[in-house]
Amino acid sequence: MIRIFCSLIWAMNLFAVMHAPVAADAVCDDPLGCVEVGPDDPIVVGAMLVISGAINYLGEDTLGGVELALLDRDETLLNHEIELVVEDSLCTAEGGQIAAQRLAADPTVVGAIGTNCSSAAQGAIPIISESGMVMIAPSNTSPSLTNPDIAAGGSHRPGYFRTSQNGLIEGMRLAQFAIYELEAATLATVHDGDPYTSGLARAVADTFADIGGEVVFEGAVNKGDTDMSSILIEIAVHQPDIIYVPLFEPESNFFAAQMQYIVGLEDTIILGGAASFSSSFPENTGEAAIGIYVSGPLVSGGAYEQLLAQWLDEYGSDPPSGYHAHAYDATNLLLNALEAVAVVNEDGGLTIGRQALRDAVAATEDYPGLTGRLTCRDDSPFVGDCSPGTALAVFKITEAEVYDDHWPPPLAWNFAVDSFD
Amino acid sequence: MFKWKTDEFSWVDFTIDVLRILIVLAVVIGAWNTLSSGRITLAQWVNLFAAGLSQGSIYALIALGYTLVYGILLMINFAHGEVFMAGAFSTVFLAEAFNRTGFLNEQPLLAILLMIMFAGLVSMTVAILLERVAYRPLRGSPRLVPLITAIGASFFLQYTFRGLYGSAFKAYPQVKILQGAISIGGINIPIVQIFVFCSALVLMFGLYWLVERTRVGKAMRAVSENKEVASLMGIDIDWVIMFTFGVGGFLAGSAGVINGVFRPQGVNFFMGFIPGIKAFTAAVLGGIGNIPGAMLGGLFLGVIEAIGPNLVLAGLGIPGANQLKDVIAFTMLVLVLIFRPQGILGERLSEKKA
Repeated sequence: MIRIFCSLIWAMNLFAVMHAPVAADAVCDDPLGCVEVGPDDPIVVGAMLVISGAINYLGEDTLGGVELALLDRDETLLNHEIELVVEDSLCTAEGGQIAAQRLAADPTVVGAIGTNCSSAAQGAIPIISESGMVMIAPSNTSPSLTNPDIAAGGSHRPGYFRTSQNGLIEGMRLAQFAIYELEAATLATVHDGDPYTSGLARAVADTFADIGGEVVFEGAVNKGDTDMSSILIEIAVHQPDIIYVPLFEPESNFFAAQMQYIVGLEDTIILGGAASFSSSFPENTGEAAIGIYVSGPLVSGGAYEQLLAQWLDEYGSDPPSGYHAHAYDATNLLLNALEAVAVVNEDGGLTIGRQALRDAVAATEDYPGLTGRLTCRDDSPFVGDCSPGTALAVFKITEAEVYDDHWPPPLAWNFAVDSFD
Repeated sequence: MFKWKTDEFSWVDFTIDVLRILIVLAVVIGAWNTLSSGRITLAQWVNLFAAGLSQGSIYALIALGYTLVYGILLMINFAHGEVFMAGAFSTVFLAEAFNRTGFLNEQPLLAILLMIMFAGLVSMTVAILLERVAYRPLRGSPRLVPLITAIGASFFLQYTFRGLYGSAFKAYPQVKILQGAISIGGINIPIVQIFVFCSALVLMFGLYWLVERTRVGKAMRAVSENKEVASLMGIDIDWVIMFTFGVGGFLAGSAGVINGVFRPQGVNFFMGFIPGIKAFTAAVLGGIGNIPGAMLGGLFLGVIEAIGPNLVLAGLGIPGANQLKDVIAFTMLVLVLIFRPQGILGERLSEKKA
């Protein structure tokens, strides 16, 4: 089955070569300039991922998705080898800025997959956009990244796309889950000032209030905080039914572990975000993690099962997080767009218009990806959003995840099946 | 009470006194508003106090390392936070092994004792090496030189341990016997917090006994008082200084394990930075160079940090009060330096020591 799938992609590749525009010596009239790929040169694709730091498992996960997408095409496109240049964008704006600067300094890089974190994207977007490149993010969810209205806090710039769901969609769905499924009437939200966590907390609170719930507390912790007792007491004063905590580890571990000792929060439910959707979360939180709900990506289907089998063959273990399918789709969007716009010169070299490449990605419509049918939108505040937002679920952590290394936790709600819409 | 009223008028003294009045007013008004609103119940105040006392115990143990070294060498060992990290980070692997084999929950007290000994030895080794390699060659040079060296050593240790153990966060396994809470008068106090406080007290009294009741402690006090005279009395100064670093390191390593039992998560190569700075604040608060002062300063800082945001800042209507916990700690440092530079228990230092 995998062979048939790969052969199909290989045949599509061959077809693309045969039908790619051929020019004696293509003249570049692209307003953003062109990338010239010599006859024996590789096509250089960048990646800006979390390679080091506490959440490097996310970078490992998405890098695997990118590499498998390239392997599916034999790491070749239009008879040129594809070279992957990986930069560490960390999970900070500075990290994203440095990674983007490195890629932008190389005129042969056609586009990039990344970043993982929304904060890193905020640093990378202006540089990637200014350089004329395309970036497709596999795991950014901050609503501000696809909002071009700078005055309203948006940070979208031309050239930015993503295959992960917009936080507005995720927030809306989680708020619906809290009210309709968990029957929560009051909500508290806690973020850490990061665009990812604050964007999600805002989106959940807005929808929760819109559909009849009461938001009783909205607060934040500092990154690096270990003592959560002050904010937990403040929340306990309001006694919410549910606390939405999209924090990263280890702050999410501290929050959940310390909550068990707080008077007034004995019956309060915790709903965590995808930043804690990792086997290390129950492991590091311990017993207090039992009963916590966490949202995370959920991909299913035959093609995805094949990807998992391929992953096991290639890396000998399961993917460490849930965004590898998004990265796989992001890579295919980029490669498909490259195939569509690259002009094959008579000597076999390629001329790739940068604006043309952006336009080709933006024109993606109903692409059958692993994470759903992808269409890149151009309406504010969703400019560059390509995900249908259905590959999302809520899981409930049990004793098996805490004591028996079981992962992922049992499904509590699958938005692809029941969306509350 | 007001210096500018008794001495010759000075704008600086006047401004400091006005500042003093404003701070007292802010604290009183904030606390009054919070307590009169009745938002936080007695049980919740006890939650905060107990958590603060436990955190303060850990600050106190680390602060003792700062104060011992300052007492004897008159230098601030800014790499001491990393000495704490070295023990805590290394022992997490031992704790995992104990947990895997079931030893941690079958013999919890023995397991914790072994972990403390191991962490203490690791931190002691790091502290002694630090003294021997980084500080001893600089003895006698201007005071800024070892200070800058300490900052460099701090980064060196952080990235050495990152290289050794990686950058991912680790967590101590939970000790089942320490889970749950004890009810005292209807108010629940977590067992782990009682354990942390008691363990820290035992270590602190142990140190006090060592310094006050043993020959080596007498030698430490003598070196602290006057190195030249102590040397003339036959005390091996180098050995005593090394021993002092070792004792400070042992306490820091022990604090690392106690911290791991108290707040098991977030163990990584950078974990010593903030506790190190806070412990330094605690040492200054109590009176740097003064052993009971460091203990008291640590406990005081932990409690103030835990209670301050909800008691004072929230009462003043400051939004996001919990995020200003560190502001409270470092404001305390500034206030102590302005109003009582010798700290709570410290005495005015001689020109030589100041």
